[in-house]
Amino acid sequence: MKMPKGLSHFNIASLALGAAFLYLPIVILVIYSFNASRLVTVWGGWSLRWYYEFFNDSAMIEAAWMSVRVGAVSASIATLLGTAAAVALSRGEGFRGRTLFSGMLYAPLVMPEVITGLSLLLLFVALNAERGFWTVTIAHTTLTMCFVAVVVQSRLTALDRSLEEAAMDLGCDPVRAFAAVTLPLIIPSIAAGWMLAFTLSLDDLVIASFTTGPGSATLPIRIYSEVRLGVKPEINAICTLVIAVIAAVIVSASVAAKLSNQPGETAAPL
Amino acid sequence: MAGDASNTAIVEEAEKPVPLPVLIADMPLLRIEGVVKKFGGFRAVDHLSLDIRAGEFFALLGPSGCGKTTLLRMLAGFETPDEGRILLGGTDIAQVPPHLRPVNMMFQNYALFPHLSVRDNIAFGLKRAGMARAQINARVTEMVALVKLEGFERRKPDQLSGGQKQRVALARSLARRPQVLLLDEPLAALDKKLRESTQLELMELQRRLGMTFIIVTHDQEEAMTMAGRIGVMDAGRLEQVATPRELYEAPQSRWIAEFVGDVNLFDGHVESRDAHRLTVSTRDAGTLTVAQSRYLVTKTIVSVAIRPEKVKLSRRGPATDSAAAPAINRLDGVVTDTSYLGGFTVYKVRLDSGAVVRSSMANTARLEMNAYSAGQRVVAWFTPDDCVVLEQ
Amino acid sequence: MSDHSIFTRPARFAAIAPYVWMVLFFLVPFGFVLKISLSQTAISQPPYTPVFDFAAGWASIEAAFGALSSDNFHLLLSDDLYVLSYLRSLVVAAVSTSILLAIGYPIAYGMARLPKQWQPIAMMLVIVPFWTSFLIRIYAWINILQHDGLLNQILLALRLVSAPVVWLSTDSAMYLGIVYSYLPFMILPLYAVLAKMEPALEEAAADLGASPREVFWLVTFPLSLPGVGAGVLLCFIPIVGEFVIPDLLAGSNALMIGQTLWLEFFTNKDWPVASATAIVLLALLLVPLLLYDRLQRRQLEQAR
Repeated sequence: MKMPKGLSHFNIASLALGAAFLYLPIVILVIYSFNASRLVTVWGGWSLRWYYEFFNDSAMIEAAWMSVRVGAVSASIATLLGTAAAVALSRGEGFRGRTLFSGMLYAPLVMPEVITGLSLLLLFVALNAERGFWTVTIAHTTLTMCFVAVVVQSRLTALDRSLEEAAMDLGCDPVRAFAAVTLPLIIPSIAAGWMLAFTLSLDDLVIASFTTGPGSATLPIRIYSEVRLGVKPEINAICTLVIAVIAAVIVSASVAAKLSNQPGETAAPL
Repeated sequence: MAGDASNTAIVEEAEKPVPLPVLIADMPLLRIEGVVKKFGGFRAVDHLSLDIRAGEFFALLGPSGCGKTTLLRMLAGFETPDEGRILLGGTDIAQVPPHLRPVNMMFQNYALFPHLSVRDNIAFGLKRAGMARAQINARVTEMVALVKLEGFERRKPDQLSGGQKQRVALARSLARRPQVLLLDEPLAALDKKLRESTQLELMELQRRLGMTFIIVTHDQEEAMTMAGRIGVMDAGRLEQVATPRELYEAPQSRWIAEFVGDVNLFDGHVESRDAHRLTVSTRDAGTLTVAQSRYLVTKTIVSVAIRPEKVKLSRRGPATDSAAAPAINRLDGVVTDTSYLGGFTVYKVRLDSGAVVRSSMANTARLEMNAYSAGQRVVAWFTPDDCVVLEQ
Repeated sequence: MSDHSIFTRPARFAAIAPYVWMVLFFLVPFGFVLKISLSQTAISQPPYTPVFDFAAGWASIEAAFGALSSDNFHLLLSDDLYVLSYLRSLVVAAVSTSILLAIGYPIAYGMARLPKQWQPIAMMLVIVPFWTSFLIRIYAWINILQHDGLLNQILLALRLVSAPVVWLSTDSAMYLGIVYSYLPFMILPLYAVLAKMEPALEEAAADLGASPREVFWLVTFPLSLPGVGAGVLLCFIPIVGEFVIPDLLAGSNALMIGQTLWLEFFTNKDWPVASATAIVLLALLLVPLLLYDRLQRRQLEQAR
């Protein structure tokens, strides 16, 4: 085995196998979404028929649209709150209730979703709230806020404090210094946080199931109910579309990051 | 060599046999033969050959990027040369992995294991060598006393100051009594006073242990202070290997003259030469007489180099009636700048030709009677022996 | 210490909005779970009693308090179905986490040893599947593992088996799904710690006579323990409460606690028992949760 500085065969094998493991199922799924034949065993040639079926399935389209709206709104709120939380934690030093605050903020990262989903539903019931778009949105915001906070905070703590101090030396008060100097530098992380929150919301099944109401099913809920009945080729098409959307978002974000030429910014915003 | 028996005992206890170094009189301990190291298309070390004797304190000096660190890492085993051999006591160790070499390294940023105490850091190498526990304890105690860190054994690295960490790193690298100790810019992170005292301690230690030390540094003062011989490197090649004195007073090239210490350079061409002297017609300083150097000067386009402390200033110049008078080089000029640096004063003199000569004079008396001030006309003079001729 | 005190005041203001939100929508709901867990089922809307009717005055609230009971908890602790479900969840989580560690560590280590310019790309490659829908990825595996799916096709074609093997609805499929979904959660904290480690430390160990294996176990691994801890907790805790993966991939003879909760809630419409299940689950996870919180806080402090 070679020196740790280089890459041993074992290392390369691990990386290659890991990559294959992670990506192969998705690649296979995408390929089969173009399979003209209904059966997996038969390759019927390239076809877009499942895509046509999806676009004609109004229930699915509605669910997809619902998911997008919930995702966009919850991601936006979560980004605002999560960024604020990250600022408080990284610049706020100690304050009363800080331990509780950080505990509450990071708990959803690990808390099993059945627990958070159930608890939120019980809250909504006790408040007699009508379950639908807003309850799901609030639930998703609560879940994704901590992810945004993690992303933004890691960038904030890595930033050079002397930049803000220089701004203050040149005449800004602390808030302006933050807005003028720090904020522009963490925009990529904030954007990454938004995208993360969006995809997490788009993807969430359990919490949405608990907190949704009649007539406001999200896409995962619909997909899940179909999948329980067995594999349907139409699902392949839907999944491929979702993957394409997410990939487009990620790629455009990376391109934007490269174009804005952030010094020291790596390709991975996380 | 003193301590040989215990050195070889450690090597025996190691898991794989690097054959015991055979020390024949006059054969160097470490011989680097034609070593080449490339990174992609870039040659970090370019056909380098060097002999290092047992018990030497040798310095590899050069600007950053010259390849000195790469060479050191090849000696330690973290890089393998693409071509060439590295012979330690006659055996080629170029392909031997680092944990099987009787060579140890003191790292630039110390690389102390943060999860181990001072004691465990020092004992680490001894445990790997399979030493018995009692012996390990004895050796660790000895090392701790050697670097004067008694009482710190239980501390962790994050509880130590920079100087203390450095001592632990030193003790750890000496614990296995290696044939050769490599030091990678060991004093770079220390402040000036600490650096000076540590330099002396390292020299004292090396003398006492009789070990071979190879130090890599970009600080020429450090190299000159500590090393018995210095190898100056540039762009992967060895420019000159010499004692500090030779390096300073008899540099072999213009580049070395400029790199080591401060120097005045006058470009010109050789007009005539005889057995003892060269006459060089320079662009800025008129005709200069220079003593013949050890290295035969064959080119016509040359530079005359004179160190500032050899340039003397006086109002009229040296006496003109002695026999040697005609050979003395005289330059007329005006003092433009004086820098008082405590032990000596540096004067900048603008010659009538427009070029600037630097002259450094020791402040030997507290009340300086003969100090020169800006605007004063002076004669800058030096003898032919004080300067050297360099080819480009 | 506080030469940053000018920033701390405004920064603390920033904490107010998220603080209020989290208290309202995270902390307070737990109180409701607790309350419901102490209630009885009822055929009504909402399907439990007693209901705290704040409008009806203090007396009715007192009465409602009196009607609370811990019957549901007795049920959970006495009925084998639930006890087995909890045990199964803990076992599955422990086994999965071990597999994740065994697989994830070499990958993270390989990533950390890549040349610097490739590391962000490697990170992206690990994160992108995570951003792709989780449900979709599980579904992708169903596609491959089903009776006439790709895996069986390949095995049959290679003549490794004579008849299609049943992959779905097995524990193996479930473990596969769990490892597949949670791998990024294990890799990323490990990678973060391994990448930050000075390479000089491993070189120094080798210089002092440690063989490559000794270098790893004596220096690299001990220094990566904070990452190991984070990765283990990030995986173990949520896996215990997993629902989707066992529901879609595992057999139906034994259920994990997430499935049991779902069943109680959606199928049996027994909200009180479901709540009690959640409370007990929380209690089981309390120690890991506290450990996780401590680890997070320590990392926060170090970063500041």
